Amino acid sequence: MRPPLQRLRNILDFALASLSRRKGRNLSLLGVYTLVVFILASLIFFVQALKGEARALLAQAPDMVVQRMVAGRHDPIDLGRAQAIEEMRGVSGVRPRLWGYYYDPIYGGNLTVMAVEDAELPNDALWVGQGVARNLRVKQGDMITLRAYDGLPMLFTVQKVLSDASELISADLVLMSQSNVRALFAMREGTATDLAVDVGNARELPTIAAKIVERFPDARPILKSEILRTYEAVFDWRGGLMVVVLASAILSFVIFAWDKATGLSAEERREIGILKSIGWESGDILLLKTWEGAVVSLTAFLAGTLLAYVHVFFFSASLFDHALRGWSILFPRYRLAPSVDAYQLVILFVLTVLPYTVATLVPSWRAAMVDPDTAMRS
Amino acid sequence: MTAIELTQVFKTYEAGLATPYTAVDGVSLTVPGQRLTVLKGPSGSGKTTLLTLLGCMARPTSGRIHLHGVPAGILPALNQGDTLEVTSLPERFLTAVRRRNFGFVFQHFNLIRGVSVLENVCLPTYPTGEDPRVVEGRAEALLKDLGLGRHLRASVDRLSGGEAQRVAIARALISDPPVIVADEPTAHLDSHLSEGFMELLGHFKTLGKTVIVASHDPIVCHGALVDRVIELRDGRVVEGA
Amino acid sequence: MIQHPGILALLLASALVGLLLAGAAALGLRILQGWDLRSGSEKQLALERRTYLVSSLVATALGVQMLSLFLFIFTADDLQGQFVGAMCAAGSLAVHAFGYPTLLLKLATSLLAGLWLVLHRTDLQGYDYPLIRAKYGLLLLLAPLALVEAWLQFRYFSGLKADVMTSCCGALFGQGRQGIAAGLAGLPPRVAQPLFWSLLGALTLMGCAWLRWRRGAWLFSLLSLGYFIAALVSLVSFFGLYIYALPTHHCPFCLLHREHGFVGYVLYGALLGGVVAGMGVGAVAPFQNRASLNQALPRMQARWVIASLGLAWLFALIVGLWAWLSPLKL
Ligand SMILES: Nc1ncnc2c1ncn2[C@@H]1O[C@H](COP(=O)(O)OP(=O)(O)OP(=O)(O)O)[C@@H](O)[C@H]1O
Ligand SMILES: [Mg+2]
Repeated sequence: MRPPLQRLRNILDFALASLSRRKGRNLSLLGVYTLVVFILASLIFFVQALKGEARALLAQAPDMVVQRMVAGRHDPIDLGRAQAIEEMRGVSGVRPRLWGYYYDPIYGGNLTVMAVEDAELPNDALWVGQGVARNLRVKQGDMITLRAYDGLPMLFTVQKVLSDASELISADLVLMSQSNVRALFAMREGTATDLAVDVGNARELPTIAAKIVERFPDARPILKSEILRTYEAVFDWRGGLMVVVLASAILSFVIFAWDKATGLSAEERREIGILKSIGWESGDILLLKTWEGAVVSLTAFLAGTLLAYVHVFFFSASLFDHALRGWSILFPRYRLAPSVDAYQLVILFVLTVLPYTVATLVPSWRAAMVDPDTAMRS
Repeated sequence: MTAIELTQVFKTYEAGLATPYTAVDGVSLTVPGQRLTVLKGPSGSGKTTLLTLLGCMARPTSGRIHLHGVPAGILPALNQGDTLEVTSLPERFLTAVRRRNFGFVFQHFNLIRGVSVLENVCLPTYPTGEDPRVVEGRAEALLKDLGLGRHLRASVDRLSGGEAQRVAIARALISDPPVIVADEPTAHLDSHLSEGFMELLGHFKTLGKTVIVASHDPIVCHGALVDRVIELRDGRVVEGA
Repeated sequence: MIQHPGILALLLASALVGLLLAGAAALGLRILQGWDLRSGSEKQLALERRTYLVSSLVATALGVQMLSLFLFIFTADDLQGQFVGAMCAAGSLAVHAFGYPTLLLKLATSLLAGLWLVLHRTDLQGYDYPLIRAKYGLLLLLAPLALVEAWLQFRYFSGLKADVMTSCCGALFGQGRQGIAAGLAGLPPRVAQPLFWSLLGALTLMGCAWLRWRRGAWLFSLLSLGYFIAALVSLVSFFGLYIYALPTHHCPFCLLHREHGFVGYVLYGALLGGVVAGMGVGAVAPFQNRASLNQALPRMQARWVIASLGLAWLFALIVGLWAWLSPLKL
């Protein structure tokens, strides 16, 4: 090895040895550091995973949905309008959708009930998503009772449990025939919940949306890209807010680190004095301190990140249940699909390792400036 | 052969503050090469301070220090046997000069606790980037010569006073410096060990090294092998310059 | 302002860089004023010790700034979803007037910090602090730039509101538009291509001439800067098109994406490293006759000339081969 590299190696070896010589002190620092990285990483991974889920959810959604608004609220839309929209230029198809939310008192949550036209689905049967099957504890062939709008029970057989790639999509989904949906929610014939509009060229979406509003002033077209944008903004906003809150944690950690780094023990001061007196230069001591900081930082960063990965993707971020309840209503419990990229890691690195590094710069320099002749007088 | 020449050297601590203290007050002297020189004087007379200046460990407040006959390669433009003026060198270069030319033996031995004997001896070479295996071989040979072959891997915490000092001597010799500097080396030794130490210094002299010792121990000052005694008082040379 | 973890990270990073460099500049000013190498006074010793602090401050700042440069582009990329019409970083940066100036200033401060470290490395070789004035002079220039950059970046992010209509990179770097960015794209390959290759040729000749006669370091640095700019212009103007295999995609950022094998990192890494080494050759040239440097310096300069040429050719070979093998013909 060439001398400059060998110097780095030698001093790294010494740094590792001197870290292990002061285990107690360094382990407490490492513990706090890892905790800070863990919390922040969990949050960042969690938000990122939710964004990914939202994208997956919307991937199958239509490009545009048209609703009707009455008195500022969502109201069923006439099927006659589907015809009119289908005839507009650029529109390649319109599918009326019939759906609603059903509150299940036993499970204590909402189910999304949707109509499908499928010859294989008999009138007295329904299909449920995997999440529903789990939460209601039903399997294929079981019977389910749902209460209609007027309180009368409706009896169904579970004909099939949907096996969807993304659990999120089918988590709360119940599919039944059109007439059953109308009976369950008391929806008139000739209306739909909303209209899914397919457009040949995605660039024309805004134009077509404008035309629809012009034609039917009470219609509200919602673009998929708009929903996606809103979701992302909401997630980022929440995530950002949490980061700001966590910043105070980071700040206190930095103060803690500063304190640790500044409070050079008498023993350490003596050691540095000796090293300098036997031919180490200030730059060598700075390198020693840099290595020590790098070893601590990287260990804490790796450990914190790994723990956060396990926490978010194997335990569904269970520690955040209380803090982020808003999301768990939006998304029922499910396992998040792992999605971590270099960008997230760089953000995490900047938010945790950088403040620590900067906080220890001046104390390290101070330590390196111990006079070599102190060793002659101790 | 390395000689050190001081011209009108001052060292003032806390200059500019309310109580400036001049520990070395206009010293001019020459430490001859390949000789054993002793600095003596009462406590507080500035022996240690003068040693740090001689040994390139600290820079004087004013005055000039020349090293005669330095080995080549310390600074780019330097040839074997040239004279080097060290007083205005930046710390990095001063340290390089010190590493190559001086081995220090301290009063309190100054070994790093919790580290093995062998590693303590190798420590000065870490920043030079020398191959650790080569250095370790040299350290083992030195320690064996000094009768410490059984303690190579032991932690220095368990050594006796005399053993600790021999480890410190091995450390001072690891880079084979032409000058050995020792500050009160016999303060923690009994008279028997002190005699032994003086013999060792004599041995260095026969190897062609320059030896400088600060001490007020009579065994040192009146040793048979001592070539020169310089006496300090209140930071000034009173005899022997 | 959009609350985004990336934005918070960037604001933190530039605040830290501003702090570090402002601190370094303040120390630098004190060093410049009180410097007297002949003296061994405690004041001078304290100043010499501060030089260690300054260099560790600037080195850290450079590291942070490089991270922040890439983080900035990535964040702009990640935010594109929030602006109608933005399809990559180019669109997000064009949302308002502070986007591109921030990026350029980040680039400039990174280059200057790199150059500072080159000066510093040179200075360490000499036993009489030969570059002390040049070094701290540059620092006094660098610190205000970093502060301005931090401020611009803050303005950029605080002015962002989701849903603002913006142009995507296809439109922004499309031909026939106004503005600097479009000006680069509008530079036809007929002009940009010969410019790029002739600058590469001139740089190579000049480098060889320097290695042979040790003359013209300044010219080499100038050419190296020229090559850097020409390479960036060519990347937007035509090399990028070959890499994307799209005749209208004049975008410098999509090169960093996975679809293109992260080739952008290699290309930009080569350009940045090359220009810092190249400018370093000329920047230290005024000091090559100092007694304390006249042995070490030519060796270091030669290394930098070779590094700079090597990196320039690495860039040219990658984009050249790509263009040659591409099915697209312009
Ligand atoms: N860093 C310092 N700041 C202020 N005064 C100092 C400093 N170092 C040493 N001195 C003073 O300089 C004087 C000389 O100290 P020095 O250690 O050189 O004496 P010495 O001759 O080695 O004494 P001893 O025999 O006790 O070791 C002492 O009065 C001491 O108080
Ligand atoms: Mg003393």
